[in-house]
Amino acid sequence: MERKVVIPGEVIVSGDEYLPGEGTEKRGEDIVAIKYGLAEESARLVRVIALSGTYLPRKGNVVIGKVENITFNGWMIDINCPIGAFLPVSETPRYVNKDSMSEVMDINDMVVAKIFGVNGRGIDLTINLRGLGKIEEGIIIKVNSNKVPRVIGKEGSMINLIKKETGCNVTVGQNGLVWIKGDKIEDELLVKRAIMFIAEKSFTSGLTEEVQSWFDKNKKDKKPAKADKEEGEEK
Amino acid sequence: MTTKIFKRPDGRKPEETRPMTAKVGVIPNADGSAMFSFGDTVAIAAVYGPKKMHPQHSQNPEKGTLRCNYNMLSFSVSERARPGPNRRSMEISKVTEWALEPVLMIDKYPNMVVDVHINILQANASTRCAGINAAALALAHAGIPMKEMVSSVSIGKLDKNLVVDLIKEEEDFEEGEGATDIPITLTTGGKITHIQLDGKINSKELKEVLKLARKANKEVYEVQKKALKESIKF
Repeated sequence: MERKVVIPGEVIVSGDEYLPGEGTEKRGEDIVAIKYGLAEESARLVRVIALSGTYLPRKGNVVIGKVENITFNGWMIDINCPIGAFLPVSETPRYVNKDSMSEVMDINDMVVAKIFGVNGRGIDLTINLRGLGKIEEGIIIKVNSNKVPRVIGKEGSMINLIKKETGCNVTVGQNGLVWIKGDKIEDELLVKRAIMFIAEKSFTSGLTEEVQSWFDKNKKDKKPAKADKEEGEEK
Repeated sequence: MTTKIFKRPDGRKPEETRPMTAKVGVIPNADGSAMFSFGDTVAIAAVYGPKKMHPQHSQNPEKGTLRCNYNMLSFSVSERARPGPNRRSMEISKVTEWALEPVLMIDKYPNMVVDVHINILQANASTRCAGINAAALALAHAGIPMKEMVSSVSIGKLDKNLVVDLIKEEEDFEEGEGATDIPITLTTGGKITHIQLDGKINSKELKEVLKLARKANKEVYEVQKKALKESIKF
């Protein structure tokens, strides 16, 4: 099925063979959209991909957040969403002395974490896996969380292209925060400009090719790093 | 006199609305936004949230809250309106909330609030209807789950003639029985979420009014649908 834009209350497909997925609801025979976005069908599962709105945390998402507060048994993390997130000491890879928790992670430190549970009261995070933990250096930029799938690309095609072209290490949080770490600040800023370019053109098809040519053009120029780093948070 | 077709001051047919325009994404800083206009009446709506409810004592741990704020800008009417909330705007804010709440599915957002700010840029009657239409668009644009859309239109009775989408001049009509203004909000499925009555009407005429409202609201819905669909370009 071709992707199409649907609005709340609109019937996407009707028939018993379809299953309602995210952003849809079954009303009698029909699958009805309850969100505004792009409707997509795969293996009889119909879902609506939201294109705007705030980030909604889901289990298994890798997110980037900022330490807001330290409690006696963990850290409160601001992950750019309305529900508070909590990272307990028990979910850290190494032993942490409860008297010196601020030495491990202090307020305003940035951290890459994974959501291992969402319940009514809050979000639970973990850093007990590879690739997670406190961010020591690099820059962090913010994009609209709905554009994150485009920044990553199909099976990571876009993010791998960026990594290959710039040699930077890029971690994309599902909440829209992106951590860029490279050897040179120029490389990091190039990644930033590339991601801004992707976010702007997120509706074009064949975006990976376009970004490839964007890199060919922008790298040839060898533009000096412009003074556009106010948005990026330097660590 | 009633057999003759009633002549409206702007030359419209009785069941004809003013030209409508709608646009989404007019406020880049908001999570969702929209503009809706009926001729000279222009409303913009901005949606922020779902976000944490503040102050904490207003939090509802059972379900999410909708908070609307209707505001008429001081330059929206010919005589400068005193800025800030007043009795009328507070009432319309509340009525707008009630008109929108039945279609919103915010029960999954406990302790959170969805803020809707409606501003009237230009007023020529039917501002609450334009505001509700803009707010519904903005809520959809913000990705808030909704059962269906709502659309709103005002039906008027001028003496004994029923007309759709009143303008200020018609609201001030004084001949015969005078003017009656009935703003109605309907869901796409045709359920009423909001109806107000300012004036006098009998039950037979009110049935006729509802019939007109259903027809006019279909047109409003088509405009809203078009605006949402066309805001995404591939």
